[in-house]
Amino acid sequence: MNRAESLSLLPLELRGVTFRHRGQTLLQPLDLRLERNGKTMIMGPNGAGKSLLMRICHGLLRPTGGSVRWAGNGATAETIRRRQAMVFQRPVMLRRSALANVRYALAVQGVSRGERRWRADEAVERFGLQSIAHRPARVLSGGEQQRLALARAWALRPEILFMDEPTSALDPAAIKAVEEAVDTFHGEGTRIVMTTHDLGQARRLADDVIFLVDGRLVERAPVREFFEHPYSREAAAFVQGDLVW
Amino acid sequence: MDNAFQAAFQLIVAMDPVLIGIVTLSLQVSLTAVAIASVIALPLGAAIALWQFPGRGLVVVVLNALMGLPPVVAGLMVYLMLSRAGPLGQFGLLFTPTAMVIAQIVLILPIVAALSRQVIEELWGEYREQLQSLGVSRLRAIPTLLWDARFSLITVVLAGFGRASAEVGAVLIVGGNISGVTRVMTTAIALETSKGNLPLALGLGIILLLLVASVNAVAYIIGEAAKRRLG
Ligand SMILES: Nc1ncnc2c1ncn2[C@@H]1O[C@H](COP(=O)(O)OP(=O)(O)OP(=O)(O)O)[C@@H](O)[C@H]1O
Ligand SMILES: [Mg+2]
Repeated sequence: MNRAESLSLLPLELRGVTFRHRGQTLLQPLDLRLERNGKTMIMGPNGAGKSLLMRICHGLLRPTGGSVRWAGNGATAETIRRRQAMVFQRPVMLRRSALANVRYALAVQGVSRGERRWRADEAVERFGLQSIAHRPARVLSGGEQQRLALARAWALRPEILFMDEPTSALDPAAIKAVEEAVDTFHGEGTRIVMTTHDLGQARRLADDVIFLVDGRLVERAPVREFFEHPYSREAAAFVQGDLVW
Repeated sequence: MDNAFQAAFQLIVAMDPVLIGIVTLSLQVSLTAVAIASVIALPLGAAIALWQFPGRGLVVVVLNALMGLPPVVAGLMVYLMLSRAGPLGQFGLLFTPTAMVIAQIVLILPIVAALSRQVIEELWGEYREQLQSLGVSRLRAIPTLLWDARFSLITVVLAGFGRASAEVGAVLIVGGNISGVTRVMTTAIALETSKGNLPLALGLGIILLLLVASVNAVAYIIGEAAKRRLG
């Protein structure tokens, strides 16, 4: 590892980031700083711009205004990309076995063949997928695919992991498994950024909350403060379970 | 007529050397053409699917239009290229199996490229964000997408093969239907029918039909198996 690579990518700094599409402003100018550590929950009603914000942070979408800056001076775009991972709400699996999907992600990052093998095996085991490792990934159930997506992300040892509603379609046991996985990631030093509509899950997992309504960043607060003394009227209604439109 | 059928079956069963020679050459020409066309057209189709560039829409429209290129026109184009006065005339390829391979490549390359462009574009729509998230460059995505679309693409390649082995105009113009040299199934059928040698024409016709039918059967079976196994 050279010096530039060993430097942390974080904090991530968004300045005046906006996103417009066909004359509509989907994200109002927004400043945001994601520190080195912690678990941040992005919350808000449907269509608030949570997924959009996450895609912009991850680099899948270029903001139409403002800047997205990673620390880690001199890190190339490629290095920046390789040190993040994202678990999509509906993860996409390649048409090959579960295990091969994990190996593929490692191969893309230039991991040698031998190392790919054991790292993929380890990840599959870690997420309890050994018994289905050799099945075609796309015939796995939604929950199994979700776990496989987490295993794939974990195998990459990302410095920051984005998860877009990783538990939205899972049964209680699978939700528990995912929440434990999130703690596993975090315990190993991975920065967590996720979205959820599950208030209980947010309370259990988050250190702090970013609250969006209608493309506006309305509130950013430590989790206890957000749920117990929300600052904005919208957040107060939201934690009561009253939808905000 | 009945006699012609009987004679045709006898030719097939007896593995008549003339008939076998014609069938073998047909397969050689069409398989070579399909292989070369696919090696070029599959990555080409994928590249057109993945990259935005000025004039892309036009390229797609032209490719789609070329799928319906009349074989005689393809044959004529290749003839003009290869004839003594043409730009490639010095190689003396006209009326050789190589010329027939080239003509069939011209004919099926647009088919394979246009169809694989569609297949890959659809798959890319599904995979795009995930692959970008994993740090896959567009160039790196091409082999991944080709592999993941492999079952659809086999059908595409077989469609190209079906077209190549069934066409008559292009190989007739550039091959000349020379007995024992450039005579393939389709040109032989046309000639033998006009001469009234129905047994050989029918025998070849039956084999050609069986070939086209089995290509389609294989395409269907592969497609079904893929759906079941890989989701
Ligand atoms: N790439 C894009 N281009 C144009 N519009 C988009 C794009 N992505 C999202 N949008 C629009 O931006 C708005 C916010 O979408 P987003 O997916 O971020 O909402 P969300 O907060 O994640 O909602 P949900 O809770 O339903 O997942 C929506 O109106 C959506 O249609
Ligand atoms: Mg969303």
